[in-house]
Amino acid sequence: MSYKVPGFRHPNLPRNDLGYTTKDYEGAVSTLCAGCGHDSVSAAIIEACFEMSIQPHRVAKLSGIGCSSKTPTYFLGNSHGFNSVHGRMPAVATGANMANRNLLYIGVSGDGDTASIGMGQFVHAVRRNVNMVYICENNGVYGLTKGQDSATTDVGSTSKRGEPNALEPIDLCAIALQLGATFVANSFSGDKKQLVPLIKAAIAHEGFAFINVISPCVTFNNVPGSTKSYDYMRQYMASSNAVDYVPDAEEITTDYAEGTSERVFMHDGSAIHLHKIDPKLDIHSRRSALDLIHDYKAQGKVLTGLLFVDEDAKDIHETMNTTKTPLRNLTEKELCPGKAALDRLNDLYR
Amino acid sequence: MKRDIVTNLFVVKFANVNGTGSASANKLFSKGVFRMGVPISAKNIFPSNIQGLPTWYEVRVNEKGFLGRRGGIDVMVGMNPQSMARDIAEVEKGGYFVYDSTKPLEKSMLRDDIDFIGLPLTEKCRELYEDPRQQQLFRNVMYIGAVAALLDMELDVPKALIGEQFKGKPKLVEPNVKALETGYDLARALHDCPLAFRIARRDNVGNRILMTGNMACGLGAVYGGATVTSWYPITPSTSVIDSFSRFCRQFRVDPETGRKNYTVIQAEDELSAIGMVIGAAWNGARSFTATSGPGLSLMTEFLGLAYFAEIPTVLINVQRAGPSTGMPTRTQQSDILTAAYASHGDTRHICLYPSTPRECFEFTATAFDLAERFQTPVIVMSDLDLGMNDNMCDPLEWDDARTYDRGKVYRADDLENLPGRFGRYLDTDGDGICYRTYPGTHPTKGSFFTRGTSKDEYAVYTEAGEKYVANVDRLMRKWHTASHHVPKPVIRKTDRPCTVGVVYYGTSESATLEAIYHLEDLHGISLDAMGIKALPFTDEIEAFIGQHDYVFVVEQNRDAQMRSLLINELELDPQRLVPVLHYDGSPITARFIRHEIRDWILQTTTSPRRRIRK
Repeated sequence: MSYKVPGFRHPNLPRNDLGYTTKDYEGAVSTLCAGCGHDSVSAAIIEACFEMSIQPHRVAKLSGIGCSSKTPTYFLGNSHGFNSVHGRMPAVATGANMANRNLLYIGVSGDGDTASIGMGQFVHAVRRNVNMVYICENNGVYGLTKGQDSATTDVGSTSKRGEPNALEPIDLCAIALQLGATFVANSFSGDKKQLVPLIKAAIAHEGFAFINVISPCVTFNNVPGSTKSYDYMRQYMASSNAVDYVPDAEEITTDYAEGTSERVFMHDGSAIHLHKIDPKLDIHSRRSALDLIHDYKAQGKVLTGLLFVDEDAKDIHETMNTTKTPLRNLTEKELCPGKAALDRLNDLYR
Repeated sequence: MKRDIVTNLFVVKFANVNGTGSASANKLFSKGVFRMGVPISAKNIFPSNIQGLPTWYEVRVNEKGFLGRRGGIDVMVGMNPQSMARDIAEVEKGGYFVYDSTKPLEKSMLRDDIDFIGLPLTEKCRELYEDPRQQQLFRNVMYIGAVAALLDMELDVPKALIGEQFKGKPKLVEPNVKALETGYDLARALHDCPLAFRIARRDNVGNRILMTGNMACGLGAVYGGATVTSWYPITPSTSVIDSFSRFCRQFRVDPETGRKNYTVIQAEDELSAIGMVIGAAWNGARSFTATSGPGLSLMTEFLGLAYFAEIPTVLINVQRAGPSTGMPTRTQQSDILTAAYASHGDTRHICLYPSTPRECFEFTATAFDLAERFQTPVIVMSDLDLGMNDNMCDPLEWDDARTYDRGKVYRADDLENLPGRFGRYLDTDGDGICYRTYPGTHPTKGSFFTRGTSKDEYAVYTEAGEKYVANVDRLMRKWHTASHHVPKPVIRKTDRPCTVGVVYYGTSESATLEAIYHLEDLHGISLDAMGIKALPFTDEIEAFIGQHDYVFVVEQNRDAQMRSLLINELELDPQRLVPVLHYDGSPITARFIRHEIRDWILQTTTSPRRRIRK
């Protein structure tokens, strides 16, 4: 494992609209195990932000505790990061978002962090439609504590410890759909081609964008009996659709045959172009997504892709009708009613 | 019974069933006395229940301005058959028991050392109103009218209050006034009014106000510039957020756009509530939450994070009787140690101990300045008695020249001109306080990683022992700096030679000061007094205790928590701190404190150090 980033980069690295190279979006060297799926997710986040020309300092990265939650150190080194407490990233992200609605919030969590200790916070962040990208790096195992089953481990799945899991797994995409998440996707860390455009679409989405990424744990859960191993995913992963993220909707020129593609226009003028693979999925129907997740599961397959989007939903600031100015920028002038008002108030209590 | 006439110096208690609308009727009485220029203190003693259980409202009428509970009841208005036996027993010798005589009193309940004043209120209500709900509501107003007659209150005063209460609903004014008059006339027709306890107009209230501490805390948060709040409902703190929301609706809605310059989020639990507060504060907004004991327990993990990662956090803790669910609607000062050292590892938090609504307002607003200056949690330690009862105090004050102290924050320009590398935890000024940056400040400078793990001066994760020690020692340096900026204690020295002091804090203030007054007046015992207002303890606190042979520490918990905190923080000899402890869930009384101190002093003929309290 390398422990030092070489400073050298190819002088002709491509630059984005801001003049930045991918180097400007990198973080510290990962300390995760070689081959960890989480590193691929970090790389996908870097690529998505680079390609979308996002100002790194306009991003806040937040996480809880666990292997996945360590990863914000490994991407976007010029962004503020917050590694909070176990399972509590959603609350911290919600609060941060309340303070400044104009930044991009990327939350990274894992299956222990999201589906167990932080389940309560996860579902309520979904309900509130906090404008953020929430990525759950789901490996079905507790890595940092060395290999215990998690709440997303499938029945019968066997980790390195050898005992098949007996308990029903929590399907985070299904939960998110049921609770009203306005953007739900499922993906695989080994499929960068699918994951990068999904992250871009999630960033463009105004509201709570949830991406569950099956991200194999090479050390504790990449064994033949596991349903979250690289081999299993490569064999049983099925795509509902292929996603193209188009930054400026005007540019879309290609036409696809009727019934095989669909465009979803986002708030910022960008669009998601969906190439349908399973025509049964109606991207605007929660029920359709839930049915399909169950159908694929019954066949032993894992359905991936963008499962649901409600591009017209109001985020929490719009629901609450908060000012367009970031709350943190308000000063005494807007905030303090002053002495005269207080004197009048005193009178009401006499 | 032959009695002396007592004017403006007595205690009235109303016994009711909760959920019957008695609270607003009882307020007509307390506010009425207040409006007649006579100081009052009112204690609502209520169950953790919505309907059907006993509830009391105790009003001390005291023209001398003693606002603590006195102890003992002179006039009991016993409207609840469930609690009647104990209500009668509670009346002081020579007092009165006012009751609804529609149903005769059981003989066994009678006492011959008090007078019983029967009023056929239910009968009268049945006669006047058909609707049973109206019968119940108007009976409450009717007994207030009767009490006005019995205690010689000017009837126009509660009448005016009814007018204010139902402003804009004139249809409700008339029947309420009628009920008030009916009660007044009924009492005068059946009894020799007034009784020996009487209210007479005075000018002893001045410009003071009558407000709950929670109302004042909520308003303090508005004035202090809080924009983000998140909370989980819990008695007795809920009305802090109600107050904040209410005043925000009044003052914080942009007149042009109709958009809000604040947010209030009802969280799914206290963990989330404090998490949101920390997230918002990290991102540069002033944010706060309010809770009570069980919520404080849940928040401790996050408080440790805020302490260690150095994030400004304001928490209003309205204490109630613990442990566990305890007595949720009864008061105590029993979170002192939990709050001071909340969370695992070596942690300590700035705590403020308000005694009055005015201090609730002031300390809440100040808490934001302290939290941002010291980048750490600040816990305002109110309690149920202060938070939920109308407390009389000096008017709230605000100086328009006052600006918010946002603490040490580098802006984009500062970062641009910074000579060296930005280090989030570099103690450049030597006071233990480092410079922080808000997310999104500068494209290439000033970003850092906030974490609950150990880190070096540049916020980089480290497990190097010397880095860890340097960091936590700096936090201690910051703590000492804070001790020079928190509110100082209030010290009142007697002008006689005095070797003994009394230490109090929070809602033990009024009763303690009254006890000290009477100890001198009745027993010739002179005592110096000190009200502690904040942790870390300032130098004045150590000096005061050092100047006395020993001090009494008055508080409302079993374990003498403030005493332990003083011993621990100032490394004092425990023998020099004598606990005076009241913890039955009711507000401490002046009488209790006076007796405890008097008995101790009288029984301790030799050096008090010899006596060890069990």
